[in-house]
Amino acid sequence: MNSDPRIQHLLRRAGFGASVAEAAAFAEIGFLPAIEVLVDYHRTPDEVDQFIGQGGYAGVTPSSGGMEPFSPATIVNDARQRWLFRMLHTHRPLQEKMVLFWHQHFATAYSKIANAVGGVLATQMMAAKRSEHPAGLPGQIELFRELALPNFRDLLFEVARDPAMLFWLDGRLNTRARPQENFAREVMELFTIGVGQFTESDVYAGARVFTGWNLQRIGEPRDPGTFYQFLYNGAQHDTGAKTFSFPIYTNGNKTIPARAESGGMEDGRDLIAALARHPETGRRLARKLWGFFISEIQPPSDAFVARIATAYTQSDCHMASVVRAVLSSPEFDSPSSYFSRFSWPAEYVARALKELGYTGFTLNRALNPLSNMGQQLFEPPDVNGWERGAGWFTTASMLARMNFAATLTSSQRADIAAVAGGQGPTPEALLSFFLDRVTPSRFEPPAYDTLLEYLRSGGAWTGGASQLRVKAPGLLHLIVGSSEYQFV
Amino acid sequence: MTLSRRDFVRGGIAAFSLGFEAPRFLCDIALAQGASFRSLVVVYLAGGNDSLSMLVPYRDPSLQTRRPTLAVPAGQVLQIGRDGAGNELGLHPRLTGLRAMFNEGRLALVQRTGYANSSRSHFEGTDIWSTANPLSTQGPGWLGRYLDTIPPTLDPLFGWNTASETPHALLSRLVAVPSITNPASYAFGSPNSAAEAELERAAAARMSSHLPSQRPHLAFVNASMQSALATLDRVATVGTYVPAVTYPNNGFALALRAVAGALVTQIGTRIFWVQTGGYDTHASQAGTYPNLMGTLNDGLTAFYQDLGSHGLLNDTLILQFSEFGRRINENGSGGTDHGAGSVMMAIGGQVRGGIYGTAPSLAPDPSNPTLENNGTDVRYETDFRSVYACVIDRWLGADSASILGGDFRNGSPEFL
Repeated sequence: MNSDPRIQHLLRRAGFGASVAEAAAFAEIGFLPAIEVLVDYHRTPDEVDQFIGQGGYAGVTPSSGGMEPFSPATIVNDARQRWLFRMLHTHRPLQEKMVLFWHQHFATAYSKIANAVGGVLATQMMAAKRSEHPAGLPGQIELFRELALPNFRDLLFEVARDPAMLFWLDGRLNTRARPQENFAREVMELFTIGVGQFTESDVYAGARVFTGWNLQRIGEPRDPGTFYQFLYNGAQHDTGAKTFSFPIYTNGNKTIPARAESGGMEDGRDLIAALARHPETGRRLARKLWGFFISEIQPPSDAFVARIATAYTQSDCHMASVVRAVLSSPEFDSPSSYFSRFSWPAEYVARALKELGYTGFTLNRALNPLSNMGQQLFEPPDVNGWERGAGWFTTASMLARMNFAATLTSSQRADIAAVAGGQGPTPEALLSFFLDRVTPSRFEPPAYDTLLEYLRSGGAWTGGASQLRVKAPGLLHLIVGSSEYQFV
Repeated sequence: MTLSRRDFVRGGIAAFSLGFEAPRFLCDIALAQGASFRSLVVVYLAGGNDSLSMLVPYRDPSLQTRRPTLAVPAGQVLQIGRDGAGNELGLHPRLTGLRAMFNEGRLALVQRTGYANSSRSHFEGTDIWSTANPLSTQGPGWLGRYLDTIPPTLDPLFGWNTASETPHALLSRLVAVPSITNPASYAFGSPNSAAEAELERAAAARMSSHLPSQRPHLAFVNASMQSALATLDRVATVGTYVPAVTYPNNGFALALRAVAGALVTQIGTRIFWVQTGGYDTHASQAGTYPNLMGTLNDGLTAFYQDLGSHGLLNDTLILQFSEFGRRINENGSGGTDHGAGSVMMAIGGQVRGGIYGTAPSLAPDPSNPTLENNGTDVRYETDFRSVYACVIDRWLGADSASILGGDFRNGSPEFL
């Protein structure tokens, strides 16, 4: 093997896989220091976006069909390409990986917002960088990027007043006279403590807590600089006391006191702090991080959940400490965890591009395949996010993965044939060479032998250039489209 | 509950990889089924359908007071008569095609379907309707359990999910139901030309035929690939289907068009899943709900006419459900929040059309027996499992008690 399997495992999980050069660079650093580099990503410059459009990187194609330049702050398919570009080329892979985690956790769909306000403002709310926003506000995905590993309570607070979320779960319409329950329910059921930990009357009380957490439009509808921003509307806030079934304050008090309109936003701060502090939130995050980083095949032990929940509590909800504890756990480092997680479509695409190459490949060509695989970025099916694990795999989505492998190997034919030349005195040597460059889980003899038979099928093996131009892409199509490759 | 679903899939995989065998084809299935060609098309309205706007008790004086902007006015509903208790009912004005089916006696409406202590969570609620078990929502779905009863091995195309994710209701121990959103793109690609592509396809089929018992997760993905490869050619024939009627150009209607194609071309599929979303109408419902009803009506009407023109109505049953109904009072956003009891529909040539069950009284009285949750939500009258039981026993010819884990025939609305 060219590469260190522990490093490959780390980079598949805490990133999106690795090119040969990236794997070598992290191997040089070593496993535990590499975790520190990944977690302390602030020490690595965030410069990836400046490479968009440059040679030597995957390409992007303006979705407007050339009518406008590449516009990831206003056109959603361009935003999707920019995010894929970041997954593929970032030097801060764990940050980008956590952005995907939070996108799943706080699953918000672009289409509902676009239906309300049109595609330009909806893309701005989902994906604009501060530097691209008229008032310097971050789109939701940029919020996740800024708060990917800092404090979960802060993230939850920002999400509660995030314009995209206020559209998505209707908080913008939550008023004193008619409280809106949508956000209040999901902030408990999905974002923090989970079903079984709260009652219906907690949902009603929670809706009242967030009354007046609304939106305002700045500028006229046709004004090119118009945007939506959070507005705390005290006149629409329910100022009465709200009592919950779980403690809101550290002294055990379950009642948020009646407050004047002007101070009513403190209700939400108190509830969010209580939900972040609730012991079940740490445990739920621990279980979710287990499934994301360690294994979907084995459940976490009670000891692991308790250990990670303790790291969460003791660090006062600091996600860098929590994720560091996950990645440095013996469970993570165990070979039994390798390839024990079903890869998400976005991970599959990014890793295939890293391992097979992207010469002349524009990320625009990955968007429809991703949708067919079941993961259109910025478009989770509902607030519970995508169905993960085995749920990614249906007949159609597996075909879509296989067909993306076909598209990619076809586009990389020249490079693949070039590296194969000189490696292929025999089918065995060629297969061995490629199994070193790409990282499927182990092929058992029946599958391994079938790959060899494929190389020998259709005519005598010569290993010549014209044969390699067909057989090498065909082989990689089979490997990258195999079930063995669908695990990280 | 996300974990519980994933836990199931994990548990299900182990059983699955042991039970999975090579697919069999139409003639075998026809024999196994006693040459029955009855098919079931389940239509899921995702998000919690506001049944009080679909089937409107338009004379109830509380409807207008509790829904000042959302009540469908008596003058606009499509009147369909009274239920057994004398409540006058009307369909949403966009459901013109459904009223025609009703007038032909081919549409049954079952009012106030649900279960005790109805979940207000989309996900738990959907799991309950999927497993038909309010107490434990793990394990295979009710349709999956039906599939598991069909011996000895099942054609992977016996079921067809038109949605992109496999619904919990179709999760089975023994068969991976294919998800085919678009028959035209359900094809095997290759970096190479036709002859070489055939070699790759043959290799992919051999590789995925290996189901290692020590690696059930790998076996599961292999089985998905195997099902795909085994069904590609038959699905391709559906992709060429030219319907007798024009379907609207939206996802729901195109899914129904594919179902019609599968039925007309007789590829052997018997259980179909179709869903359409947008029913979680927390806000601005007056604007969105008519569009939802339009999509539902226009898609089902085209499908009904298409089937009728091919003489397939008597062999087809359409069953519609949603995970819950919505709150009676409209909220301040011009929408409705999560509620409880809802309406189910059954459509088909052998359906005994009519109105089943009784409408709720909407009087906001905490002691009103047709409501729950202090008079805020519609209380169920007919257990949804008794509707399933009717379908399983009388349409699919299976044993509802064993599939549903209990006898729900008592009180079953006799729409078949």
